[in-house]
Amino acid sequence: MLSRTADNLYWLARYVERAEYLARILEATQRLTSLPIAYIGETNEWESALATAGCAHAFFAMYDEANEENVTDFLAFSTANPSSIRSCFEVARTNARAVRTALTMEMWDAINGTWLELKRFGNGPTSREELSRFLRWVQESSLRFDGSAYRTMLRNDSYWFSRLGLYQERADNTARILDVKYHLLLPANEHVGGPLDYFQWAAILRSVSALTSYHWVYRDNVKPWLVADLLILKEEMPRSLASCYENLVRYLDAIAVAYGRQGPAQRLARGVRTRLQNTKMEDIFQNGLHEFIQEFIADNNRIGATITQQYLA
Amino acid sequence: MPVAFDEMNGVDGRIRPAYSQLSAWLNEIRPDELDFRRREAEVLFRRIGITFAVYGEADATERLIPFDVIPRILAGNEWRTLTRGLEQRVRAINAYIKDVYGKRECLRAGVIPEDLVFQNPVFRPEMNGQKVPHDIYVHVAGIDIVRVDADTFYVLEDNARTPSGVSYMLENREIMLRLFPELFSRHRVAPVDNYPDELLATLQSVAPVGAAADPTVVLLTPGIYNSAYYEHSFLADKLGVELVEGRDLFVKGEVVYMRTTQGAKRVDVIYRRIDDDFLDPLAFRPDSILGVPGLMAAYQAGNVTLANAVGTGVADDKAVYSYMPDIVKFFLGEEPILKNVPTWRCREEEHLAYVLDNIEQLVVKEVHGSGGYGMLIGPAADKASIDIFRSKLKTHPKNFIAQPTLALSTCPTCVDSGVAPRHVDLRPFVLTGRDKIRIVPGGLTRVAMKAGSLVVNSSQGGGTKDTWVLDG
Repeated sequence: MLSRTADNLYWLARYVERAEYLARILEATQRLTSLPIAYIGETNEWESALATAGCAHAFFAMYDEANEENVTDFLAFSTANPSSIRSCFEVARTNARAVRTALTMEMWDAINGTWLELKRFGNGPTSREELSRFLRWVQESSLRFDGSAYRTMLRNDSYWFSRLGLYQERADNTARILDVKYHLLLPANEHVGGPLDYFQWAAILRSVSALTSYHWVYRDNVKPWLVADLLILKEEMPRSLASCYENLVRYLDAIAVAYGRQGPAQRLARGVRTRLQNTKMEDIFQNGLHEFIQEFIADNNRIGATITQQYLA
Repeated sequence: MPVAFDEMNGVDGRIRPAYSQLSAWLNEIRPDELDFRRREAEVLFRRIGITFAVYGEADATERLIPFDVIPRILAGNEWRTLTRGLEQRVRAINAYIKDVYGKRECLRAGVIPEDLVFQNPVFRPEMNGQKVPHDIYVHVAGIDIVRVDADTFYVLEDNARTPSGVSYMLENREIMLRLFPELFSRHRVAPVDNYPDELLATLQSVAPVGAAADPTVVLLTPGIYNSAYYEHSFLADKLGVELVEGRDLFVKGEVVYMRTTQGAKRVDVIYRRIDDDFLDPLAFRPDSILGVPGLMAAYQAGNVTLANAVGTGVADDKAVYSYMPDIVKFFLGEEPILKNVPTWRCREEEHLAYVLDNIEQLVVKEVHGSGGYGMLIGPAADKASIDIFRSKLKTHPKNFIAQPTLALSTCPTCVDSGVAPRHVDLRPFVLTGRDKIRIVPGGLTRVAMKAGSLVVNSSQGGGTKDTWVLDG
């Protein structure tokens, strides 16, 4: 298949996944900031939302204050922000148009339909209700796209490259939440936690749609170190780093088998997965949670660059 | 202007046989039902993404071409005559281009003036003496046909470079089958959906002589911002070939390759939907970023087939058009089956004088214009535009031709006030391969949606119809 086609499929999946993630962040932040200050403390959650989305720098080049209105506009609707939800859908649809021949009708319909509907929301919702509807709609659109890919695509390199994009983006997103909130997740003896942080932990879980899963996995009330364990090491948790890497390795292997050749991307990804499999949460805390996450983000980026070099350029 | 011939009602209001069922159906169907289906069709087109871009319109980068749900019908015998005429015309065009870049017998015999060829900006000196695979230049031709009465079809224009519109022919049929199954059950309509197979067979048949038995064909597009991009991606999909942009290809040792996830892959046939000028920055426009450096060298070395060939523009210029009947006679020794519209060449003194005296009754066209741009329709023009054209004609007579304002035939069309006659033309697609010429029965019918308008071009608000060729 054409390298450009593979590249477009990879980024198409990444952008749709990113749009969904941004919608979750906004939803969780909105919920958190609706609580009395006594429950969450004096932190500026909107600023933290920007950091989690990885675009604080670009934001403050345009705005002075991180408040609900500015941040929502910037992360959801701004055309000046290349990673806003709107921009993500625009780019995704442009990519989809460029590779129409590699998409199934259902996938095209999902992404083109989303793009057409996007116009309905104009330059942003006028009320909180409308914003909520918008954020739900974004998540549903992503589910529809992902579902149509899963259910209709041939299991060949088109599918595999689009999955690589999805899992790399997802791993990056989960890692960035952890990067911003890691201080809330340290074990009890290192962190003077308390009921104050409970809603923060819940918000983290919500932003990766894992609150219910948490209870099923641990049958315990929310404890920060278990939240970290769930998001980093639990393979059964679809947005955990371990699960993302299990999938990345699987699809990289499928490509290697089909093409009859292993390469640096396969080796690097396998290295990361092995590390996630052989590590215990205690070790991670011991050696520094923050360092671990930062290293992971760097590795994930390196693998992205390697995939590009090996297949997409 | 004479009364137009209506393809359903004829001139005397008696329903013509091919339209008997359609006419009955139109009488039965409720107007709101027709309108409902029309809107349904629009939703389908929008969802499938069949859009086109109009140059110079910033706010409407993707627009729908209006689709009319009432089909245009041709009887089997009408189609057979058209087919013979089209085959003949395209055979002559291929022979003519080969001659222009080869022995130049037609020029020596004075069939066509030399300066029309050599001073033509689309003439490609690079092609002089160049052999092309199997001597075929125009693999895909779109010949625009208009009709003025029950028996007379004229060729209005030969499109021998990169004719577009075939995706509408195919999609229009799909949409019609979905929306009006009961109307199809009353007719026997010749299918068009084998066009992609015929096109692929044509393209494979013209691979360079040394190519593998299963040659690699690609479709080269200028990219997603091109007005016909939808068609490019649609065709690549139906053909099952890669849709490539210039940056996906590279040339090494005069061989063309594409960049794939598994490394370089050799390319044998390029169905290019990009103009000569932009094909290769080393050979043509150096500022082109759409093309492939070295492509022309690979082509000249005979390692790749370009469809259509480079330099076919010398056959689809409007001034050359006026010589086409002579070209048919000269190369094939046959009388042309399809007539030309009578044409005054303003390059000739008496013709120019006639045009200047009668401009109010004529259509004046720029020789190199296309898409309905740079054109004056005398009877519809105001005095100011006529004066502008008069002075243009006097300063650059060679740039213009003129034709009588034809009463193009009309077909019943769904408009705001109900069903009314609107002017139509027809673009059938003629495929020329090594083995034979293939034409699927039908083509793209374009319709001027405005009452009385003769301009069918999509860039100027024209719409399309499904075109049915019936048995018998």
